[in-house]
Amino acid sequence: MTNGIGRAAGALLTYSFLGLMAFLSVFPFFWMVLGATNSSIDIIKGRVLPGAALATNVGTFFAQVNAPLVFWNSAKIAILSTVLTLTVSSLAGYGFEIFRSRHRERLYRAMLLTLMIPFAALMIPLFIMMGQAGLINTHIAVVLPTIGSAFVVFYFRQCTKAFPSELRDAAKVDGLKEWQIFLFIYVPVMRSTYAAAFIIVFMTAWNNYLWPLIVLQSNETKTITLVISSLASAYYPDYGVVMVGTVLATLPTLAVFFFMQRQFVQGMLGSVK
Amino acid sequence: MVHARRGSIGRYYDVNGWLFVAPVLGLIGLFMIYPIFWSLWMSFQSGRGMMMKFVGFGNIVRLWNDPVFIKALTNTMTYFVVQVPIMILLALILASILNNPRLFGRGLFRTAIFLPCVTSLVAYSVLFKGMFATDGVVNSTLQAIGIVSSPIPWLTHPFWAKALVIIAITWRWTGYNMIFYLAALQNIDRSIYEVARIDGVPAWARFTHITIPLLKPVILFTTVISTIGTVQLFDEVYNLTEGRGGPSNATLTLSLYIYNLTFRFMPNFGYAATVSYVIVVLVALLAFFQFFAARERDK
Repeated sequence: MTNGIGRAAGALLTYSFLGLMAFLSVFPFFWMVLGATNSSIDIIKGRVLPGAALATNVGTFFAQVNAPLVFWNSAKIAILSTVLTLTVSSLAGYGFEIFRSRHRERLYRAMLLTLMIPFAALMIPLFIMMGQAGLINTHIAVVLPTIGSAFVVFYFRQCTKAFPSELRDAAKVDGLKEWQIFLFIYVPVMRSTYAAAFIIVFMTAWNNYLWPLIVLQSNETKTITLVISSLASAYYPDYGVVMVGTVLATLPTLAVFFFMQRQFVQGMLGSVK
Repeated sequence: MVHARRGSIGRYYDVNGWLFVAPVLGLIGLFMIYPIFWSLWMSFQSGRGMMMKFVGFGNIVRLWNDPVFIKALTNTMTYFVVQVPIMILLALILASILNNPRLFGRGLFRTAIFLPCVTSLVAYSVLFKGMFATDGVVNSTLQAIGIVSSPIPWLTHPFWAKALVIIAITWRWTGYNMIFYLAALQNIDRSIYEVARIDGVPAWARFTHITIPLLKPVILFTTVISTIGTVQLFDEVYNLTEGRGGPSNATLTLSLYIYNLTFRFMPNFGYAATVSYVIVVLVALLAFFQFFAARERDK
């Protein structure tokens, strides 16, 4: 009987703890949506009820920010960066796994060491390089350094281990060239790997901040992340407007998460299985 | 016969192998390897903008006489030492609770706790800045429950500003670490836990004697990842403090200091590169130390 009470108390404790953690995790999202409906003063005063300022906030947001252009900039950078990253990384992951050689194995290990290079140590030379190439304030400059990613190569190599070698053998008997095997057999077979990698790389690019902050200097080239940051760092930020911006910037990733939760988590986990 | 053909197959494999990996190696070489050596070279020079002259170890001497650098280094280490253990432990506890298949509402809890991972670092920093405003929702709640009598000066007091940064990072990354542990726990045979439970091993002992030892490789992996992330902290501090790292540099990180040295003050690329190499060395040392510590405990 004491055992039963103990178990009930344990369960109560467990569920209270989980409930509190879940509440704390979700509350800021809830607060963000509420914030978009409240005036800046009410937000700062901690109001947690829906307000009547949604139309005003949205109106001010669209008056202050050239939203279509800003979202187009973000989307353009994210899509370009993702497509190029996935292309070169899947080629390399396939190459390292299928065509093994001692030299490449050494290079592969050396490449994984680049995972430890902090971006802060790259930004000054990269900035000077982009300046010399005349690419400052262009989206190309934002995309270029993001394409070569050891992490995504690692991910594709790990996933390639599950690629059935019989498929490759059969394709070779049929006389397909290496690039044809890759394009017509590997890519379609590995589509769920691509989907997971797409989500993560896209999200990283969409949310990227420091490098675009350095490179993009005019309002015409800025991304939504930069715009939110500058709206919020005004001397008297209009929090209602800021909340409208964060809701709009978070919606795409939130939607992807809810519709493709499995691939989302798989991509986050990378190849740690 | 096989022996005679090996040479040609080897060459065929090699050419194709190189063709497939060349684009990525070229990009990593141009945008990572070349710049990392360039900034090493820069760290031995000083001057304004592109007018630089060789100063040898002059920049390193300057580091030790630079109170702002010392402050940024101490802050960065504080974030790392305080935040990473809290987050890892919290994520481990959550993962071992959520690993129980009989738990009611398991999927819902898991999704909720993972949700912060979908926000951008800038978006959540901005949200936290609003929530932790002096009269904001956090302070008014704490006052209503009676935990504090007057509002906590989250953004204006050196101690509380640091605490806010730590709270914010923990909110954003605990669920991320948790899913690594959940994935690893799925590979552990549940009967181990059943046997331990029947033998009367209490929950906490099951956690410290079964879960943690079995998850050690994943814990090491996430610790290294979190270390690298925390030592490079930038977005959160920049957006919580309008780019200043205030109040009075209390939240300033190394990355933010480098940014300020390069793009806010009169640019001194050489000195900024030296500070950036402090991060390089820190990351390498901490990762090495963590691998070493894990191996020692193995023996």
